[in-house]
Amino acid sequence: MNAIATLTLLKKEVKRWRKVWLQTVLAPVITALLYLAVFGHVLEGRVEVFPGISYGAFLIPGLLMMSVIQNAFANTSSSLIQSKVMGSIVFVLLPPFSAFEMFLAYIGAAILRGMAVGVGVFLVALFYVKVPPVHDIFLIIGFAVLGSYVMGALGLIAGMWAEKFDQIAAFQSFLIMPLTFLSGVFYSINSLPPFWASVSYLNPFFYMIDGFRYGFFGQSDQPVMISFFVMLSAAVVLTGFCVKLLATGYKLRDA
Amino acid sequence: MVDAIKIENVSKSYGELRALNKLSLNIKQGEFFGLLGPNGAGKSTLISALAGLLSTDAGSLSVMGHDVVADYRQARSALGVVPQEIVMDPFFTVRETLEFQSGYFGISNNSQWIDELLDQLGLADKANSNMRQLSGGMKRRVLIAQALVHKPNVLVLDEPTAGVDVELRQSLWRFVRRLHREGHTIVLTTHYLEEAEELCDRIAIINKGELIALESKEDLLAKGLGNTLLVRSKQSINSVPPSYESKVSRLEANEVEIVLNREVDSVMQILDDLRQHGLDIEFVNVMNDSLEDVFVRLTVAPGGAR
Ligand SMILES: Nc1ncnc2c1ncn2[C@@H]1O[C@H](COP(=O)(O)OP(=O)(O)OP(=O)(O)O)[C@@H](O)[C@H]1O
Ligand SMILES: [Mg+2]
Repeated sequence: MNAIATLTLLKKEVKRWRKVWLQTVLAPVITALLYLAVFGHVLEGRVEVFPGISYGAFLIPGLLMMSVIQNAFANTSSSLIQSKVMGSIVFVLLPPFSAFEMFLAYIGAAILRGMAVGVGVFLVALFYVKVPPVHDIFLIIGFAVLGSYVMGALGLIAGMWAEKFDQIAAFQSFLIMPLTFLSGVFYSINSLPPFWASVSYLNPFFYMIDGFRYGFFGQSDQPVMISFFVMLSAAVVLTGFCVKLLATGYKLRDA
Repeated sequence: MVDAIKIENVSKSYGELRALNKLSLNIKQGEFFGLLGPNGAGKSTLISALAGLLSTDAGSLSVMGHDVVADYRQARSALGVVPQEIVMDPFFTVRETLEFQSGYFGISNNSQWIDELLDQLGLADKANSNMRQLSGGMKRRVLIAQALVHKPNVLVLDEPTAGVDVELRQSLWRFVRRLHREGHTIVLTTHYLEEAEELCDRIAIINKGELIALESKEDLLAKGLGNTLLVRSKQSINSVPPSYESKVSRLEANEVEIVLNREVDSVMQILDDLRQHGLDIEFVNVMNDSLEDVFVRLTVAPGGAR
Protein backbone atom coordinates (compact mmCIF):
# COMPACT_ATOMS: atom_id res chain seq x y z
CA MET A 1 0.00 0.00 0.00
CA ASN A 2 1.52 3.31 -1.06
CA ALA A 3 0.07 5.96 1.23
CA ILE A 4 1.51 8.95 -0.64
CA ALA A 5 0.12 7.78 -3.97
CA THR A 6 -3.31 7.00 -2.53
CA LEU A 7 -3.54 10.29 -0.66
CA THR A 8 -2.43 12.22 -3.73
CA LEU A 9 -5.15 10.68 -5.86
CA LEU A 10 -7.66 11.36 -3.09
CA LYS A 11 -6.50 14.96 -2.92
CA LYS A 12 -6.78 15.37 -6.66
CA GLU A 13 -10.26 13.89 -6.70
CA VAL A 14 -11.36 16.20 -3.88
CA LYS A 15 -9.82 19.22 -5.57
CA ARG A 16 -11.71 18.31 -8.70
CA TRP A 17 -15.09 18.83 -7.06
CA ARG A 18 -13.95 21.68 -4.84
CA LYS A 19 -12.86 23.75 -7.82
CA VAL A 20 -16.41 23.64 -9.17
CA TRP A 21 -18.22 23.79 -5.82
CA LEU A 22 -21.04 25.92 -7.18
CA GLN A 23 -22.09 23.00 -9.27
CA THR A 24 -21.01 20.15 -7.02
CA VAL A 25 -22.04 21.44 -3.59
CA LEU A 26 -24.19 24.54 -3.78
CA ALA A 27 -26.48 23.33 -6.56
CA PRO A 28 -27.54 20.14 -4.73
CA VAL A 29 -28.04 22.11 -1.51
CA ILE A 30 -30.42 24.43 -3.32
CA THR A 31 -32.27 21.50 -4.87
CA ALA A 32 -32.78 19.96 -1.45
CA LEU A 33 -33.94 23.28 -0.13
CA LEU A 34 -36.55 23.54 -2.88
CA TYR A 35 -37.93 20.11 -2.02
CA LEU A 36 -38.06 21.11 1.59
CA ALA A 37 -39.77 24.41 0.86
CA VAL A 38 -42.38 22.95 -1.48
CA PHE A 39 -43.23 19.63 0.17
CA GLY A 40 -42.68 20.91 3.67
CA HIS A 41 -44.98 23.84 3.05
CA VAL A 42 -47.72 21.91 1.26
CA LEU A 43 -47.83 18.97 3.64
CA GLU A 44 -46.92 20.63 6.92
CA GLY A 45 -49.64 19.98 9.48
CA ARG A 46 -51.48 17.55 7.20
CA VAL A 47 -49.21 14.59 7.59
CA GLU A 48 -47.54 13.31 10.68
CA VAL A 49 -45.43 10.26 9.96
CA PHE A 50 -43.84 9.75 13.34
CA PRO A 51 -45.76 10.89 16.41
CA GLY A 52 -44.56 14.23 17.72
CA ILE A 53 -42.42 15.01 14.66
CA SER A 54 -43.57 17.64 12.18
CA TYR A 55 -43.57 16.69 8.50
CA GLY A 56 -40.91 19.29 7.76
CA ALA A 57 -38.64 17.77 10.38
CA PHE A 58 -39.43 14.27 9.10
CA LEU A 59 -38.36 15.30 5.62
CA ILE A 60 -34.93 16.57 6.61
CA PRO A 61 -33.07 13.30 7.18
CA GLY A 62 -34.49 11.78 3.99
CA LEU A 63 -33.62 14.80 1.87
CA LEU A 64 -30.22 15.02 3.48
CA MET A 65 -29.41 11.40 2.81
CA MET A 66 -30.79 11.64 -0.71
CA SER A 67 -28.45 14.56 -1.42
CA VAL A 68 -25.51 12.80 0.19
CA ILE A 69 -25.85 9.60 -1.81
CA GLN A 70 -26.75 11.20 -5.12
CA ASN A 71 -23.65 13.36 -4.93
CA ALA A 72 -21.40 10.51 -3.88
CA PHE A 73 -22.62 8.65 -6.95
CA ALA A 74 -22.22 11.69 -9.17
CA ASN A 75 -18.67 12.24 -7.99
CA THR A 76 -17.14 8.91 -8.92
CA SER A 77 -19.21 8.40 -12.05
CA SER A 78 -18.59 11.84 -13.51
CA SER A 79 -14.92 11.87 -12.62
CA LEU A 80 -14.36 8.57 -14.37
CA ILE A 81 -16.43 9.24 -17.45
CA GLN A 82 -14.84 12.67 -17.82
CA SER A 83 -11.30 11.39 -17.62
CA LYS A 84 -12.15 8.51 -19.95
CA VAL A 85 -13.69 10.79 -22.56
CA MET A 86 -10.87 13.36 -22.24
CA GLY A 87 -8.20 10.68 -22.15
CA SER A 88 -6.66 12.01 -18.94
CA ILE A 89 -7.37 8.64 -17.31
CA VAL A 90 -3.91 7.58 -18.56
CA PHE A 91 -2.34 9.77 -15.89
CA VAL A 92 -3.86 7.43 -13.33
CA LEU A 93 -3.28 4.26 -15.32
CA LEU A 94 0.44 4.82 -15.98
CA PRO A 95 1.56 5.09 -12.34
CA PRO A 96 1.94 1.95 -10.21
CA PHE A 97 -1.45 2.11 -8.46
CA SER A 98 -2.96 -1.07 -7.13
CA ALA A 99 -6.68 -1.57 -7.69
CA PHE A 100 -7.41 -1.15 -4.00
CA GLU A 101 -5.47 2.13 -3.77
CA MET A 102 -7.45 3.54 -6.68
CA PHE A 103 -10.68 2.34 -5.10
CA LEU A 104 -9.92 3.98 -1.76
CA ALA A 105 -9.00 7.30 -3.33
CA TYR A 106 -12.09 7.52 -5.55
CA ILE A 107 -14.46 6.40 -2.79
CA GLY A 108 -12.82 8.72 -0.26
CA ALA A 109 -13.42 11.71 -2.50
CA ALA A 110 -17.03 10.62 -3.05
CA ILE A 111 -17.64 10.34 0.68
CA LEU A 112 -16.14 13.77 1.32
CA ARG A 113 -18.31 15.34 -1.37
CA GLY A 114 -21.36 13.59 0.09
CA MET A 115 -20.49 14.95 3.53
CA ALA A 116 -19.94 18.48 2.22
CA VAL A 117 -23.36 18.46 0.56
CA GLY A 118 -24.96 16.85 3.61
CA VAL A 119 -23.60 19.45 5.99
CA GLY A 120 -24.69 22.17 3.57
CA VAL A 121 -28.24 20.84 3.37
CA PHE A 122 -28.43 20.45 7.13
CA LEU A 123 -27.23 23.99 7.87
CA VAL A 124 -29.65 25.51 5.40
CA ALA A 125 -32.51 23.35 6.65
CA LEU A 126 -31.99 24.64 10.17
CA PHE A 127 -33.26 28.03 8.99
CA TYR A 128 -36.44 26.47 7.71
CA VAL A 129 -37.56 23.84 10.13
CA LYS A 130 -37.32 23.30 13.82
CA VAL A 131 -35.28 20.12 14.00
CA PRO A 132 -35.71 18.13 17.20
CA PRO A 133 -32.47 17.21 19.03
CA VAL A 134 -30.72 14.37 17.27
CA HIS A 135 -30.98 10.89 18.74
CA ASP A 136 -27.50 9.55 17.92
CA ILE A 137 -24.95 11.59 15.97
CA PHE A 138 -22.66 8.59 15.48
CA LEU A 139 -25.37 6.62 13.76
CA ILE A 140 -26.06 9.62 11.56
CA ILE A 141 -22.44 9.91 10.53
CA GLY A 142 -22.05 6.15 10.23
CA PHE A 143 -25.00 5.82 7.86
CA ALA A 144 -23.95 8.86 5.84
CA VAL A 145 -20.47 7.41 5.38
CA LEU A 146 -21.76 3.94 4.56
CA GLY A 147 -24.39 5.33 2.20
CA SER A 148 -21.92 7.47 0.29
CA TYR A 149 -19.40 4.61 0.28
CA VAL A 150 -21.93 2.30 -1.32
CA MET A 151 -23.12 4.92 -3.79
CA GLY A 152 -19.58 6.02 -4.60
CA ALA A 153 -18.81 2.40 -5.43
CA LEU A 154 -21.90 2.16 -7.65
CA GLY A 155 -20.80 5.37 -9.35
CA LEU A 156 -17.38 3.87 -9.91
CA ILE A 157 -18.93 0.86 -11.63
CA ALA A 158 -21.20 3.09 -13.72
CA GLY A 159 -18.26 5.30 -14.67
CA MET A 160 -16.16 2.34 -15.73
CA TRP A 161 -19.00 0.79 -17.71
CA ALA A 162 -20.19 3.94 -19.47
CA GLU A 163 -18.59 5.24 -22.64
CA LYS A 164 -20.60 8.43 -22.95
CA PHE A 165 -21.97 11.04 -20.61
CA ASP A 166 -25.59 10.27 -21.45
CA GLN A 167 -25.15 6.70 -20.29
CA ILE A 168 -24.36 8.05 -16.83
CA ALA A 169 -27.38 10.33 -17.06
CA ALA A 170 -29.52 7.31 -17.97
CA PHE A 171 -28.14 5.40 -15.00
CA GLN A 172 -29.13 8.31 -12.77
CA SER A 173 -32.61 8.86 -14.21
CA PHE A 174 -33.66 5.23 -14.56
CA LEU A 175 -32.06 3.67 -11.53
CA ILE A 176 -30.80 6.06 -8.88
CA MET A 177 -33.67 8.58 -8.95
CA PRO A 178 -36.56 6.08 -8.88
CA LEU A 179 -34.92 4.00 -6.17
CA THR A 180 -34.26 7.02 -3.97
CA PHE A 181 -37.73 8.47 -4.47
CA LEU A 182 -39.33 5.13 -3.66
CA SER A 183 -37.14 4.50 -0.66
CA GLY A 184 -39.19 6.49 1.81
CA VAL A 185 -37.56 9.88 1.56
CA PHE A 186 -40.96 11.58 1.58
CA TYR A 187 -43.02 9.05 3.52
CA SER A 188 -42.84 6.10 5.86
CA ILE A 189 -43.22 2.87 3.96
CA ASN A 190 -45.67 1.76 6.64
CA SER A 191 -48.12 4.22 5.14
CA LEU A 192 -48.01 2.30 1.82
CA PRO A 193 -50.39 -0.50 0.83
CA PRO A 194 -48.96 -3.81 2.11
CA PHE A 195 -47.78 -4.94 -1.32
CA TRP A 196 -45.75 -1.81 -2.00
CA ALA A 197 -44.47 -1.77 1.53
CA SER A 198 -43.01 -5.25 1.09
CA VAL A 199 -41.56 -4.30 -2.30
CA SER A 200 -39.80 -1.42 -0.58
CA TYR A 201 -37.89 -3.87 1.57
CA LEU A 202 -36.16 -5.03 -1.60
CA ASN A 203 -34.95 -1.52 -2.30
CA PRO A 204 -31.44 -1.13 -0.88
CA PHE A 205 -31.87 2.63 -0.65
CA PHE A 206 -34.67 2.15 1.83
CA TYR A 207 -32.18 0.87 4.41
CA MET A 208 -29.90 3.86 3.91
CA ILE A 209 -32.68 6.34 4.48
CA ASP A 210 -34.38 4.42 7.26
CA GLY A 211 -31.22 3.83 9.28
CA PHE A 212 -30.11 7.40 8.78
CA ARG A 213 -33.49 8.70 9.96
CA TYR A 214 -33.27 6.51 13.04
CA GLY A 215 -30.12 8.42 13.97
CA PHE A 216 -32.21 11.60 14.06
CA PHE A 217 -35.43 10.48 15.70
CA GLY A 218 -34.76 7.13 17.32
CA GLN A 219 -37.73 5.86 15.30
CA SER A 220 -37.71 3.89 12.08
CA ASP A 221 -39.64 1.44 9.93
CA GLN A 222 -37.00 -1.26 10.37
CA PRO A 223 -34.83 -2.19 13.33
CA VAL A 224 -31.73 -0.07 12.83
CA MET A 225 -29.37 -3.03 13.20
CA ILE A 226 -30.91 -4.66 10.15
CA SER A 227 -30.41 -1.53 8.09
CA PHE A 228 -26.85 -1.29 9.30
CA PHE A 229 -26.16 -4.90 8.41
CA VAL A 230 -27.69 -4.53 4.95
CA MET A 231 -25.54 -1.46 4.27
CA LEU A 232 -22.40 -3.08 5.56
CA SER A 233 -22.94 -6.15 3.42
CA ALA A 234 -23.56 -3.99 0.36
CA ALA A 235 -20.33 -2.12 1.07
CA VAL A 236 -18.32 -5.33 1.38
CA VAL A 237 -19.74 -6.88 -1.78
CA LEU A 238 -19.29 -3.70 -3.81
CA THR A 239 -15.73 -3.26 -2.59
CA GLY A 240 -14.84 -6.73 -3.81
CA PHE A 241 -16.57 -6.14 -7.12
CA CYS A 242 -14.98 -2.73 -7.75
CA VAL A 243 -11.49 -3.89 -6.85
CA LYS A 244 -11.90 -6.83 -9.20
CA LEU A 245 -13.02 -4.54 -12.04
CA LEU A 246 -10.20 -2.08 -11.40
CA ALA A 247 -7.64 -4.86 -11.27
CA THR A 248 -8.70 -6.19 -14.66
CA GLY A 249 -8.87 -2.63 -15.98
CA TYR A 250 -12.46 -3.16 -17.12
CA LYS A 251 -13.12 -0.63 -19.91
CA LEU A 252 -10.24 1.51 -18.64
CA ARG A 253 -7.27 -0.34 -20.00
CA ASP A 254 -7.66 -1.98 -23.40
CA ALA A 255 -10.25 0.65 -24.26
CA MET B 1 23.11 -6.06 -17.01
CA VAL B 2 19.42 -6.60 -17.44
CA ASP B 3 17.80 -5.22 -20.59
CA ALA B 4 15.92 -1.95 -20.21
CA ILE B 5 13.11 -3.34 -22.34
CA LYS B 6 12.49 -6.91 -23.30
CA ILE B 7 9.71 -7.75 -25.71
CA GLU B 8 9.19 -11.40 -26.46
CA ASN B 9 6.84 -12.77 -29.08
CA VAL B 10 4.16 -10.21 -28.40
CA SER B 11 0.93 -10.44 -30.40
CA LYS B 12 -2.13 -8.28 -30.22
CA SER B 13 -5.18 -8.38 -32.48
CA TYR B 14 -8.13 -6.08 -32.83
CA GLY B 15 -10.66 -8.42 -34.32
CA GLU B 16 -9.20 -9.49 -37.65
CA LEU B 17 -6.46 -6.90 -37.54
CA ARG B 18 -3.08 -8.03 -36.25
CA ALA B 19 -1.67 -4.88 -34.70
CA LEU B 20 1.35 -6.77 -33.32
CA ASN B 21 2.51 -10.04 -34.75
CA LYS B 22 4.94 -12.14 -32.68
CA LEU B 23 7.16 -9.15 -32.20
CA SER B 24 10.41 -9.53 -30.27
CA LEU B 25 12.81 -6.75 -29.43
CA ASN B 26 15.37 -6.04 -26.73
CA ILE B 27 16.63 -2.61 -25.81
CA LYS B 28 19.71 -2.28 -23.67
CA GLN B 29 20.14 0.07 -20.77
CA GLY B 30 21.52 3.41 -21.82
CA GLU B 31 20.48 3.08 -25.45
CA PHE B 32 18.90 5.86 -27.47
CA PHE B 33 16.52 3.75 -29.49
CA GLY B 34 14.41 4.72 -32.48
CA LEU B 35 11.15 2.96 -33.23
CA LEU B 36 10.04 3.78 -36.74
CA GLY B 37 7.26 2.68 -39.01
CA PRO B 38 4.42 4.02 -41.14
CA ASN B 39 1.00 5.01 -39.78
CA GLY B 40 -0.72 2.02 -38.25
CA ALA B 41 2.47 -0.04 -37.99
CA GLY B 42 1.80 -0.84 -34.33
CA LYS B 43 4.24 1.51 -32.61
CA SER B 44 1.74 3.03 -30.21
CA THR B 45 0.14 -0.35 -29.59
CA LEU B 46 3.52 -1.68 -28.54
CA ILE B 47 4.10 1.27 -26.23
CA SER B 48 0.66 0.84 -24.67
CA ALA B 49 1.38 -2.81 -24.02
CA LEU B 50 4.65 -1.85 -22.41
CA ALA B 51 2.90 0.69 -20.18
CA GLY B 52 0.21 -1.77 -19.13
CA LEU B 53 -2.49 0.23 -20.88
CA LEU B 54 -3.26 -2.76 -23.02
CA SER B 55 -3.34 -6.49 -22.51
CA THR B 56 -1.63 -8.62 -25.11
CA ASP B 57 -2.87 -11.87 -26.64
CA ALA B 58 0.49 -13.60 -26.36
CA GLY B 59 4.08 -13.01 -25.37
CA SER B 60 5.63 -11.06 -22.54
CA LEU B 61 7.09 -7.64 -21.94
CA SER B 62 9.37 -6.40 -19.20
CA VAL B 63 10.90 -3.10 -18.16
CA MET B 64 14.23 -3.23 -16.32
CA GLY B 65 13.63 -6.92 -15.77
CA HIS B 66 10.18 -6.47 -14.27
CA ASP B 67 7.30 -8.15 -16.06
CA VAL B 68 4.71 -5.52 -16.94
CA VAL B 69 1.87 -7.72 -15.70
CA ALA B 70 3.26 -9.73 -12.79
CA ASP B 71 5.53 -6.98 -11.39
CA TYR B 72 3.55 -4.05 -12.68
CA ARG B 73 4.51 -1.82 -9.76
CA GLN B 74 8.26 -1.99 -10.40
CA ALA B 75 7.79 -2.00 -14.17
CA ARG B 76 5.66 1.13 -14.15
CA SER B 77 7.92 2.91 -11.68
CA ALA B 78 10.81 2.40 -14.06
CA LEU B 79 8.90 3.68 -17.08
CA GLY B 80 7.92 7.15 -18.24
CA VAL B 81 5.61 7.42 -21.25
CA VAL B 82 4.76 10.47 -23.33
CA PRO B 83 1.56 9.48 -25.13
CA GLN B 84 1.06 10.34 -28.77
CA GLU B 85 -2.32 11.98 -28.25
CA ILE B 86 -2.43 15.25 -26.37
CA VAL B 87 -4.48 14.71 -23.25
CA MET B 88 -4.87 16.86 -20.16
CA ASP B 89 -6.96 17.36 -17.08
CA PRO B 90 -8.70 20.72 -17.57
CA PHE B 91 -9.32 21.26 -13.86
CA PHE B 92 -5.75 21.98 -12.88
CA THR B 93 -2.78 24.24 -13.45
CA VAL B 94 0.51 23.04 -14.91
CA ARG B 95 2.15 22.90 -11.50
CA GLU B 96 -0.76 21.08 -9.90
CA THR B 97 -0.69 18.58 -12.72
CA LEU B 98 2.98 17.85 -12.13
CA GLU B 99 2.63 17.71 -8.36
CA PHE B 100 -0.21 15.22 -8.60
CA GLN B 101 1.72 13.11 -11.07
CA SER B 102 4.71 13.03 -8.70
CA GLY B 103 2.47 11.94 -5.86
CA TYR B 104 1.01 9.12 -7.94
CA PHE B 105 4.52 7.71 -8.13
CA GLY B 106 4.90 8.04 -4.38
CA ILE B 107 7.02 11.19 -4.42
CA SER B 108 5.76 13.81 -2.01
CA ASN B 109 8.24 16.64 -2.21
CA ASN B 110 9.31 17.11 -5.77
CA SER B 111 9.25 20.87 -6.30
CA GLN B 112 12.94 21.16 -7.08
CA TRP B 113 12.78 18.66 -9.94
CA ILE B 114 9.44 20.08 -11.08
CA ASP B 115 10.98 23.55 -11.26
CA GLU B 116 13.83 22.17 -13.30
CA LEU B 117 11.47 20.38 -15.66
CA LEU B 118 9.40 23.54 -16.09
CA ASP B 119 12.53 25.47 -16.79
CA GLN B 120 14.04 22.98 -19.22
CA LEU B 121 10.81 22.64 -21.15
CA GLY B 122 10.16 26.36 -21.33
CA LEU B 123 7.09 26.20 -19.13
CA ALA B 124 8.30 28.27 -16.18
CA ASP B 125 6.06 31.22 -16.98
CA LYS B 126 3.06 28.93 -17.48
CA ALA B 127 3.43 27.09 -14.18
CA ASN B 128 0.30 28.62 -12.72
CA SER B 129 -1.76 28.70 -15.89
CA ASN B 130 -4.69 26.39 -16.21
CA MET B 131 -4.09 23.49 -18.59
CA ARG B 132 -6.98 24.71 -20.75
CA GLN B 133 -5.19 27.98 -21.46
CA LEU B 134 -2.14 26.33 -23.01
CA SER B 135 -1.51 25.98 -26.72
CA GLY B 136 -1.21 22.52 -28.22
CA GLY B 137 2.57 22.55 -28.23
CA MET B 138 2.67 23.64 -24.60
CA LYS B 139 0.27 20.89 -23.59
CA ARG B 140 2.68 18.47 -25.19
CA ARG B 141 5.53 19.90 -23.16
CA VAL B 142 3.49 19.29 -20.01
CA LEU B 143 2.97 15.69 -21.12
CA ILE B 144 6.72 15.32 -21.43
CA ALA B 145 7.23 16.80 -17.98
CA GLN B 146 4.58 14.48 -16.57
CA ALA B 147 6.43 11.47 -17.96
CA LEU B 148 9.59 12.63 -16.22
CA VAL B 149 8.38 13.54 -12.72
CA HIS B 150 9.65 10.28 -11.27
CA LYS B 151 12.96 10.29 -13.20
CA PRO B 152 12.19 6.98 -14.88
CA ASN B 153 15.00 4.69 -15.98
CA VAL B 154 13.31 4.28 -19.32
CA LEU B 155 11.65 7.15 -21.15
CA VAL B 156 9.39 6.38 -24.09
CA LEU B 157 8.39 9.26 -26.32
CA ASP B 158 5.62 8.56 -28.82
CA GLU B 159 6.10 11.18 -31.53
CA PRO B 160 6.97 13.99 -29.15
CA THR B 161 7.76 16.48 -31.89
CA ALA B 162 4.44 16.29 -33.74
CA GLY B 163 2.99 19.79 -33.67
CA VAL B 164 5.93 21.30 -31.85
CA ASP B 165 7.79 24.36 -33.12
CA VAL B 166 11.42 24.28 -34.24
CA GLU B 167 12.68 26.06 -31.17
CA LEU B 168 11.12 23.61 -28.76
CA ARG B 169 12.22 20.71 -30.93
CA GLN B 170 15.81 21.87 -30.49
CA SER B 171 15.52 22.44 -26.76
CA LEU B 172 13.60 19.21 -26.31
CA TRP B 173 16.35 17.23 -28.01
CA ARG B 174 18.99 19.00 -25.97
CA PHE B 175 17.12 18.02 -22.82
CA VAL B 176 16.50 14.44 -23.91
CA ARG B 177 20.17 14.10 -24.85
CA ARG B 178 21.10 15.27 -21.41
CA LEU B 179 18.80 12.68 -19.85
CA HIS B 180 20.42 10.09 -22.08
CA ARG B 181 23.89 11.19 -20.99
CA GLU B 182 22.79 10.88 -17.38
CA GLY B 183 21.99 7.25 -18.00
CA HIS B 184 18.32 7.16 -18.96
CA THR B 185 17.31 4.77 -21.69
CA ILE B 186 15.38 6.62 -24.37
CA VAL B 187 12.93 5.14 -26.83
CA LEU B 188 11.64 7.45 -29.50
CA THR B 189 9.04 7.01 -32.19
CA THR B 190 9.03 9.48 -35.01
CA HIS B 191 8.13 9.84 -38.63
CA TYR B 192 11.23 11.90 -39.34
CA LEU B 193 14.12 9.73 -40.40
CA GLU B 194 16.59 12.58 -39.94
CA GLU B 195 15.47 12.97 -36.36
CA ALA B 196 16.02 9.30 -35.60
CA GLU B 197 19.30 9.36 -37.48
CA GLU B 198 20.58 12.33 -35.59
CA LEU B 199 19.65 11.03 -32.16
CA CYS B 200 19.42 7.27 -32.06
CA ASP B 201 22.12 4.64 -31.65
CA ARG B 202 19.91 1.87 -32.89
CA ILE B 203 16.80 1.87 -35.02
CA ALA B 204 13.99 -0.63 -35.39
CA ILE B 205 11.52 -0.39 -38.21
CA ILE B 206 8.20 -2.08 -37.81
CA ASN B 207 5.48 -2.55 -40.35
CA LYS B 208 2.12 -4.28 -39.96
CA GLY B 209 3.06 -5.32 -36.45
CA GLU B 210 6.27 -7.03 -37.51
CA LEU B 211 9.88 -6.09 -37.16
CA ILE B 212 11.35 -5.50 -40.62
CA ALA B 213 14.68 -4.02 -39.60
CA LEU B 214 16.70 -3.70 -36.45
CA GLU B 215 20.09 -2.17 -36.89
CA SER B 216 22.59 0.30 -35.62
CA LYS B 217 22.37 3.66 -37.25
CA GLU B 218 25.71 3.05 -39.01
CA ASP B 219 24.50 -0.17 -40.58
CA LEU B 220 21.33 1.48 -41.77
CA LEU B 221 23.34 4.27 -43.31
CA ALA B 222 25.70 1.79 -44.90
CA LYS B 223 22.71 0.34 -46.68
CA GLY B 224 22.44 3.67 -48.36
CA LEU B 225 19.53 4.95 -46.42
CA GLY B 226 19.36 8.61 -45.87
CA ASN B 227 19.62 10.86 -48.89
CA THR B 228 19.29 10.78 -52.59
CA LEU B 229 21.18 13.06 -54.92
CA LEU B 230 19.23 14.26 -57.92
CA VAL B 231 21.28 15.49 -60.86
CA ARG B 232 19.70 17.02 -63.98
CA SER B 233 21.80 17.46 -67.03
CA LYS B 234 21.17 19.71 -70.05
CA GLN B 235 21.32 16.69 -72.33
CA SER B 236 19.87 13.27 -71.80
CA ILE B 237 22.02 10.96 -69.70
CA ASN B 238 23.02 7.64 -71.17
CA SER B 239 25.37 6.29 -68.54
CA VAL B 240 27.18 7.03 -65.28
CA PRO B 241 30.74 6.11 -64.27
CA PRO B 242 30.89 2.34 -63.60
CA SER B 243 31.66 2.83 -59.89
CA TYR B 244 28.27 4.56 -59.46
CA GLU B 245 26.16 2.07 -61.34
CA SER B 246 25.13 0.17 -58.25
CA LYS B 247 24.00 3.35 -56.55
CA VAL B 248 21.66 4.64 -59.20
CA SER B 249 18.07 4.43 -58.07
CA ARG B 250 16.59 6.09 -61.15
CA LEU B 251 17.88 7.06 -64.57
CA GLU B 252 15.46 8.74 -66.94
CA ALA B 253 15.98 11.14 -69.81
CA ASN B 254 18.16 13.91 -68.44
CA GLU B 255 17.82 13.02 -64.73
CA VAL B 256 19.72 10.61 -62.55
CA GLU B 257 19.20 9.81 -58.88
CA ILE B 258 22.04 8.46 -56.79
CA VAL B 259 21.61 7.01 -53.34
CA LEU B 260 24.04 8.66 -50.98
CA ASN B 261 25.87 7.03 -48.17
CA ARG B 262 26.51 10.07 -46.06
CA GLU B 263 29.28 8.47 -44.09
CA VAL B 264 31.51 7.90 -47.12
CA ASP B 265 30.14 9.79 -50.07
CA SER B 266 31.06 13.35 -50.86
CA VAL B 267 28.53 15.18 -52.98
CA MET B 268 31.27 17.36 -54.48
CA GLN B 269 33.27 14.29 -55.47
CA ILE B 270 30.27 12.69 -57.14
CA LEU B 271 29.50 15.86 -59.06
CA ASP B 272 33.11 16.11 -60.18
CA ASP B 273 33.08 12.51 -61.34
CA LEU B 274 29.84 13.02 -63.23
CA ARG B 275 31.17 16.14 -64.93
CA GLN B 276 34.29 14.24 -65.93
CA HIS B 277 32.01 11.57 -67.36
CA GLY B 278 30.64 14.25 -69.65
CA LEU B 279 27.46 15.39 -67.91
CA ASP B 280 26.56 19.03 -68.39
CA ILE B 281 25.00 19.60 -64.97
CA GLU B 282 22.12 22.04 -64.86
CA PHE B 283 20.47 21.37 -61.50
CA VAL B 284 21.31 19.47 -58.30
CA ASN B 285 19.17 18.59 -55.31
CA VAL B 286 19.82 16.49 -52.22
CA MET B 287 16.59 14.85 -51.12
CA ASN B 288 15.86 13.35 -47.73
CA ASP B 289 14.55 9.86 -48.12
CA SER B 290 11.07 9.46 -46.82
CA LEU B 291 10.38 6.55 -44.57
CA GLU B 292 8.38 5.06 -47.38
CA ASP B 293 11.51 4.95 -49.55
CA VAL B 294 13.28 3.21 -46.74
CA PHE B 295 10.54 0.62 -46.29
CA VAL B 296 10.43 -0.12 -49.98
CA ARG B 297 14.18 -0.54 -50.11
CA LEU B 298 14.26 -2.65 -46.97
CA THR B 299 11.46 -4.94 -47.93
CA VAL B 300 12.83 -5.60 -51.41
CA ALA B 301 16.51 -5.80 -50.46
CA PRO B 302 17.51 -9.43 -49.97
CA GLY B 303 19.76 -8.39 -47.09
CA GLY B 304 16.90 -6.78 -45.18
CA ALA B 305 16.26 -8.48 -41.87
CA ARG B 306 12.99 -10.36 -42.08
N1 LIG C 1 -8.52 0.45 -30.02
C1 LIG C 1 -8.32 -0.03 -31.25
N2 LIG C 1 -9.28 -0.74 -31.86
C2 LIG C 1 -9.11 -1.24 -33.09
N3 LIG C 1 -7.99 -1.10 -33.80
C3 LIG C 1 -6.98 -0.40 -33.26
C4 LIG C 1 -7.10 0.17 -31.96
N4 LIG C 1 -5.94 0.81 -31.68
C5 LIG C 1 -5.15 0.66 -32.75
N5 LIG C 1 -5.76 -0.07 -33.70
C6 LIG C 1 -5.18 -0.48 -34.99
O1 LIG C 1 -3.95 -1.10 -34.74
C7 LIG C 1 -3.01 -0.75 -35.73
C8 LIG C 1 -1.77 -0.19 -35.08
O2 LIG C 1 -2.07 1.07 -34.53
P1 LIG C 1 -0.99 1.96 -33.79
O3 LIG C 1 -1.70 3.10 -33.18
O4 LIG C 1 -0.18 1.11 -32.91
O5 LIG C 1 -0.09 2.47 -35.01
P2 LIG C 1 1.16 3.44 -34.98
O6 LIG C 1 2.31 2.68 -35.50
O7 LIG C 1 1.31 4.07 -33.66
O8 LIG C 1 0.73 4.52 -36.06
P3 LIG C 1 0.97 6.12 -36.09
O9 LIG C 1 2.29 6.33 -36.72
O10 LIG C 1 -0.13 6.58 -36.98
O11 LIG C 1 0.86 6.63 -34.72
C9 LIG C 1 -3.71 0.22 -36.65
O12 LIG C 1 -4.13 -0.49 -37.79
C10 LIG C 1 -4.88 0.70 -35.86
O13 LIG C 1 -5.96 1.01 -36.71
MG1 LIG D 1 1.19 5.91 -32.95
